[in-house]
Amino acid sequence: MERVAIVGASMTRFGQRDAWVRELLAEAGAAALDDAGVDGDDLDHLYVSNMASGEFEGQTGVPNALAHDLAATPAYTSRIDQTSSSGGAGVYAAWQSVASGASDLTMLVGGEKMTHRTTAEATDVIASLTHPVEYKHGVTLPSFAGLTARLYLDEYDAPRESLGKVAVKNHSNGVDNPHAQFRKEVDLDTVLDSPVVADPLRLYDFCPITDGSAALVFCPASVAEEYVPEDEYAVIAGIGGATDTHVVHERADPTTMGGVVDSSEIAYEMAGIAPDDVDVAELHDMFTILEFLQSEDLGFFEKGEGWKAVEEGVTDRDGELPINTSGGLKSKGHPLGASGVAQVYEIYQQVTGKAGPRQVEADTGLACNVGGFGNCVTTAILEGSQ
Amino acid sequence: MSEHETDTGADDPKNSAEPTFEAAEYADGAVTYPPHTVSPNGAERVGAVDLREYEARVVTWTTSTATPPGVREPNTLAIVEFEMGDDYDGPVVRALGQVAPRGDAEDGSEPGDVDVDIGDRVEPVYADDLREPGAGIREPESQEWDGFRFRPVE
Repeated sequence: MERVAIVGASMTRFGQRDAWVRELLAEAGAAALDDAGVDGDDLDHLYVSNMASGEFEGQTGVPNALAHDLAATPAYTSRIDQTSSSGGAGVYAAWQSVASGASDLTMLVGGEKMTHRTTAEATDVIASLTHPVEYKHGVTLPSFAGLTARLYLDEYDAPRESLGKVAVKNHSNGVDNPHAQFRKEVDLDTVLDSPVVADPLRLYDFCPITDGSAALVFCPASVAEEYVPEDEYAVIAGIGGATDTHVVHERADPTTMGGVVDSSEIAYEMAGIAPDDVDVAELHDMFTILEFLQSEDLGFFEKGEGWKAVEEGVTDRDGELPINTSGGLKSKGHPLGASGVAQVYEIYQQVTGKAGPRQVEADTGLACNVGGFGNCVTTAILEGSQ
Repeated sequence: MSEHETDTGADDPKNSAEPTFEAAEYADGAVTYPPHTVSPNGAERVGAVDLREYEARVVTWTTSTATPPGVREPNTLAIVEFEMGDDYDGPVVRALGQVAPRGDAEDGSEPGDVDVDIGDRVEPVYADDLREPGAGIREPESQEWDGFRFRPVE
């Protein structure tokens, strides 16, 4: 199996954008091609990670549209929909295309246009992934987060403030990310006094609704230096994907995301590393509680101890294990199909030393992208080429 | 028929005189709600269980204030766990559902008048429409919209 390198990357500004999904995808795609020094017609495969462009704006067939816009025809195209983890699933598909030898040059572009919808409409589009017995009760992804947060705080005797500190940390990190939707610090009192959305969680425990796109260019590691200098590419050392139950209440432990456990075990084994070898991580903090769950289920901390790591500053940018140096979904924003791609974009920046003011000391980084409420997960481990 | 099965005719709920809270039982003894094609271990489905027959307690709950189109606001939801008896050794049987106010639902209580906590015992209360069919994105004919809320009991 070929080792796979990332030789180009880009992301648009995340936030409320005038552009529609085709334009967002083209903006990120053109920038990634430029970053890798290639043209659209050099691509063998072109993947688009997108959850719901048909539902959000009535635009389907986006991979073919993007191939035309970027003069990438006759590249093979495919749309990857795995709800909020469409981006991570796209990384997996792009990796697979090169590792298998089916493609010598693949680009993945993830994107979503959401902000023209009301919060209620966007929430309902996302909640449409739920089982009928959940959907008819009006369940939303934020309400799953509220249910889980209450149980976590109760089971592990964690203070409510610890969740707020995730938001404070990630907003602080986002200040230095020029692509982030919110580049503004928030203090703990602001988080704890914000309006209740899904008790015990409040507005600042949730990511915003976002427009945006991100892109990555993949090739065999053996030829990476034909595109970029030796120290400017990253290698996918390990990658794994896994699912958990569709129906959330059927999980043995509602505070454990089995898909995170299983996908990371595959990725660690492929990379030949252990959790404590990871220098920096991007986790799917769609809700603050998810950063606790994932940091534990990835093996960074013992079960029920993730909140203590946040309290002790372990996950701060200058801590022992920086988490969400990009600002995370919480501050950077969460344009569904783009998020998993943007997570890997941040890790790529970190392990190639291109993260600017967000730079931490990192040879090995991990990105964990979660769909649904842990329903489907992709974990990717990147190493710098040096 | 196993000890978990009740003679509700729930294999075909359309034939039932009153609504049942139908879970599935499988050849390996597992019970799941909702029913699936096979059990978590792949065993075939052999019958139905009416969860109205079992006590349930609240595992966790939340009150959602930002609800989708056609959903009551606020919307208090709970995950409850059914007590299936000492002889049952399958996976835990839980359900997620809206929480109904304590007491008589017809006494003028509002959806926000909900008083519930972890560990509370609850009873299922049937509702014709849990949310307004067609108000959200899902095709109204694609699923059922009635079901059971959970009412805390002393």
